Amino acid sequence: MSTMRKIVIVGATSAMAEHCARLWLQQGVDEMVLIGRDVQRTERVAADLRVRAPQCRIETISSDFLQPEAIARTVDQACSTINPDIVLIAHGSLPEQADCQQNLQQNRAALEVNALSPVLFAEAFATHLEQAGQGKLVLIGSVAGDRGRKSNYVYGAAKGLVTRYAQGLQHRFAGSRIQVLLVKPGPTDTPMTAHIKSSGAKLASVEQVAANIVSGVARGKMVIYAPAKWQLIMLIIRHLPRVIFNQMNI
Amino acid sequence: MKVYSWGRLSGEPHAVSMLASAGSLPALADGQRALPHGMGRSYGDSCLNPQGTLWKTTALDHYVSFDPESGLLVCEAGVLLRDIQRTFIPRGWILPVTPGTQLVTVGGAIANDVHGKNHHVHGSFGDHVRQLRLLRTDGSVIECGPEQNAEWFAATVGGLGLTGVITQACLQLRPVAGPWMETETCPYHSLDDFFQLADTSEAHWEHTVSWIDCMSGSHSRGIFMRGNPAAADISQPEPAAKALTVPLVPPVSLINPLSLRPFNAAYFHAQARKSGRRIQHYAGYFYPLDNLLEWNRTYGPRGFYQYQSVVPRHVGQDAVAAMLKEITRSGAGSFLAVLKTFGNRQAVGMMSFPQPGVTLALDFPNKGASTLALFQRLDAIVREAGGRLYMAKDARMPRDLFEAGYPRLAEFLNYRDPGLSSALSRRLIGY
Repeated sequence: MSTMRKIVIVGATSAMAEHCARLWLQQGVDEMVLIGRDVQRTERVAADLRVRAPQCRIETISSDFLQPEAIARTVDQACSTINPDIVLIAHGSLPEQADCQQNLQQNRAALEVNALSPVLFAEAFATHLEQAGQGKLVLIGSVAGDRGRKSNYVYGAAKGLVTRYAQGLQHRFAGSRIQVLLVKPGPTDTPMTAHIKSSGAKLASVEQVAANIVSGVARGKMVIYAPAKWQLIMLIIRHLPRVIFNQMNI
Repeated sequence: MKVYSWGRLSGEPHAVSMLASAGSLPALADGQRALPHGMGRSYGDSCLNPQGTLWKTTALDHYVSFDPESGLLVCEAGVLLRDIQRTFIPRGWILPVTPGTQLVTVGGAIANDVHGKNHHVHGSFGDHVRQLRLLRTDGSVIECGPEQNAEWFAATVGGLGLTGVITQACLQLRPVAGPWMETETCPYHSLDDFFQLADTSEAHWEHTVSWIDCMSGSHSRGIFMRGNPAAADISQPEPAAKALTVPLVPPVSLINPLSLRPFNAAYFHAQARKSGRRIQHYAGYFYPLDNLLEWNRTYGPRGFYQYQSVVPRHVGQDAVAAMLKEITRSGAGSFLAVLKTFGNRQAVGMMSFPQPGVTLALDFPNKGASTLALFQRLDAIVREAGGRLYMAKDARMPRDLFEAGYPRLAEFLNYRDPGLSSALSRRLIGY
């Protein structure tokens, strides 16, 4: 049985977050707060989790994800309900790179939802965890954030910002009982990536990725590649000399 | 992307998209037709729609509600039977009917009206569906069940996903003491023995099935397996779920005449030595192949067919004997050969497969013309016996056999969704 008994999830309707929640509930959780943009979709996830774990108290909060005041209010509300042991910030959306190049409005929207929104949530939760003196703050980055690539650099840049922000928080809380963990999933088979899958890419299963995340969080790993093979792949890609990298169509 | 069904006979391009919400369907371009697709465990072409669209339902995997008093579970159609078993068996509830794999969706189980080893007691999957929600490509929603819109229900159970997309279902689970089964293994040495075992077992055993050595010809030896849920919970540690994956498609089928005869003989003698009673975990008993992921690859790059027929009981023994004789003579066939009796009850679906009688299911590596020629000889036996073939397994049955086997076809056609189509429906029922 885990000692982690209270969990807050931001972006609870993301398939990755949902599967993490299911695994945590199997291990035993007392209370869970799910934060989502859309009331109905968040309630759908909550209903599912309540059936899976009738003994766990599960509440939902719907919130705007871009307004700083709304984010602050939502985080206050979540932390007044429970004192979280784990906060998972999981929301995001995978934009079409070509659309972002042609349409600056879409470009901005992609940067806001994948970069600004998660770090504002992270900052607000960091304040609460600092007051409580303990807890794990888990951010979902991406392997796309490790090096800019022509096929996906808008999303990659947003996740790069999350990566750097997580590093800063890790530095800030070094030596304390607050842990900041960054997850970097590879391409995963979820509704968010359905358009990639239809072109035939081989994607990791969301169950597998969630299992990697949950075990990485339990061990307090600062950077969790999911699946683990991406650690090696990205090590190579990050260090490829530019002459070679520029030849690659990735 | 290329999509294969379980038999891996063809990998043709499909436009695949995942249904993210149970509330609405993506728009279809003019003239385009789609097909709901769960885990792709159907063997033939009923889950394929080459050059068309597949709507994957596996993200519709949410439970909606569960009533611990009545055992009624409402869930979305992409939930896997495996997840229902894992969630509810520890709480004392089990799916009344499951097929030989639990890696299928609820929607797929309804659309194929799947059966298990306990047909004589609990019928098929559709017998335990209290209600379902059908989303049509014109945007309409139809709630149906045995009492409400019963004709829509009868068309959709066993309707191969052609009447609309099943998005949600209410299932009646059954109380169970725990995850254990009391089982007994009995070797048999003739079809007479088999039918006698089947007849004497049905009154006292919920589950009956047999493995038959398709290479044994007129001797028809096999292993009869019967089981009941163990009465009280047995405090024995549950086996850890460990699965192996067949890592690649071998260049030739590993199941071939050289390997088959010795393998079948070895299996028969190993099982015969283990005959008698024992306690088994439900997963190993119901789903013996689920721990060997992608086992369908072992048939090599050309894939395999499964041929599953049901023939009425009064001609059953002769028909089964005739089919086995043909198969032995052809030297084809495989390790996976299952013979079992169905109970004396009609299924709820217009196009459901189970009917009173005896069902024989066999895998055959695809060897092209010779395999298809053997099927024609088997078809003749099934046709004469007044039987039918299982569409979930089929990739090649002739139209006349299909129409003879499914007399409610004309009625079913009234309920088709014009926006949905499959390779099987184009092959056998127009579009």
